[in-house]
Amino acid sequence: MDAVLAQLFAVVTFQAGFNTTVVMLGAAALGCAAGAAGTFAMLRRRALVSDAVAHGTLPGIAAAFLVAALLGRSPREAGWLMAGAGIAALVSLLAIEWLGRRPRVGHDTATAVVLAAGFGLGLALMSVVQTLAIGRQAGLESLLFGSAAGMLPGEAQMMAGLALLVLVVIALLLKEFSAVAFDPDFAATVGLPVARLDALVALVCAVVVVAALPIAGFVLAIALVVIPPAAARFWSDRAGTVVAVAAAVGAVSAFTGAALSAVLKDTPTGPAIVLVAALLFTLSLTFGRARGLLRKST
Amino acid sequence: MLAVTPPEALAPAIGRLAVEGLSVAYRGVPVLNDVSWEAPVTGLTAIVGPNGAGKSTLIKAILGLVPSTGRVTIGGRSVDAMRDATAYVPQRATVDWDFPATALDVVLQGMVREPGWFRGYGRARRERALALLDRVGLADLAGRQIGQMSGGQQQRVFLARGLARDAAILFLDEPLAGVDAASERIILDVFDDLDRDGRLVVCVHHDLGTVSERFADVLVLNKTVIAAGPVQVAFTPQNLARAYGVPLTV
Repeated sequence: MDAVLAQLFAVVTFQAGFNTTVVMLGAAALGCAAGAAGTFAMLRRRALVSDAVAHGTLPGIAAAFLVAALLGRSPREAGWLMAGAGIAALVSLLAIEWLGRRPRVGHDTATAVVLAAGFGLGLALMSVVQTLAIGRQAGLESLLFGSAAGMLPGEAQMMAGLALLVLVVIALLLKEFSAVAFDPDFAATVGLPVARLDALVALVCAVVVVAALPIAGFVLAIALVVIPPAAARFWSDRAGTVVAVAAAVGAVSAFTGAALSAVLKDTPTGPAIVLVAALLFTLSLTFGRARGLLRKST
Repeated sequence: MLAVTPPEALAPAIGRLAVEGLSVAYRGVPVLNDVSWEAPVTGLTAIVGPNGAGKSTLIKAILGLVPSTGRVTIGGRSVDAMRDATAYVPQRATVDWDFPATALDVVLQGMVREPGWFRGYGRARRERALALLDRVGLADLAGRQIGQMSGGQQQRVFLARGLARDAAILFLDEPLAGVDAASERIILDVFDDLDRDGRLVVCVHHDLGTVSERFADVLVLNKTVIAAGPVQVAFTPQNLARAYGVPLTV
């Protein structure tokens, strides 16, 4: 036990080697961005879109793997799998937006349809991948379940870069995103481009989910978008503060989860991150200053 | 304590609001049919009509919130080009009051486009929002989460957000529905101020008994225009009977 703690201490104080440090900082940046972006998805009641996008990446990952194999390339090298995931995420997003605008479909139904269809197609393609028996399916498992240990520094840097981009977008559009989330009709009458701002929030969440695939895996990447905002809501009644707290919760969850999985053998990173986030959620639910269960009634 | 808000500058002359041949259908079912209406230039106007007459829809169609056919112009220009001349005060039930925002945050949203993209609201706008909250009697509750307010207080927050637009034409959807007497008094006071400033207030109103004492003009609506004009002329038992389908006395 002492050895594990000492090791954990070494990891969180960045004494565990360059690679681990880069990955953990990348994870923290990503968690931060995911919490901030997810807050607006939650406030607009569109959190499930990110889940559909995450599931929608599966066929992209599988297809990219097959294409890479057919061309005799290693899928890991050129970021094939991430590119496949990114394209599939974009297609899912467009499908949801397009379907959601049809009369008699509605946004929630469109989201559920895309989630199910994407996941179904993904599973079908994955079974093809498995019958191919291509040596070790390098890189595939880490995208499915997440692995900080298997991450390359280049991937971690890309993740951090995307996270930074997302944070900048949100910081610059905080008041517009808030106005649209609270009252889209009023925002439209003021002249805000509501549909475009909605699409931007969805896109930013999709970017986060795709960037989170290597570390959290495609099933649990959504947790980074959903849990931190839900936890943050217990701490504040102001949107700006909720965004900041969600970003902090996301960063701490991703950082700590990545550290735990680096120290504890055979602990995949995705579940470790989600468990830390769930713990923070439970603490927030209990002690949250604005809406926690133990809040002194005013 | 804040000083009493000075009346804002008189509304600039922006020309008349005109609706021509406006029709709206939801899923093939007509909600509004060939509505043509020339609004008064200024003053307080009520839109009345039975449930399902399309009163709220008319406001939304004018503001471009629901797809419609026909033409809506303000001073001859499209509403889209005249956005800043309009303010919308929607029904209270249309938003989630659990949203993490204070009364001040909501009023500031009326100014969301003023600072331009990528900028905060700044101190001057905060002061202005506080003054508007003071105008609707909520200066003390500026920092309160909006879900922790009464229905009447929430309605006044919405009104203050509309006032923050400093618009020549204000569209209000049932602002007096289900509010307490104090809120009603304050809202009507604000209406009088707007009237005096030379603004146009277009207000969906459900209480026929108070139309003639509170409004100068009326639009009697039931899917199409039944009557429109000064209250003395248009707000007649005959017109109401045609709109509501039953004899009514006023």
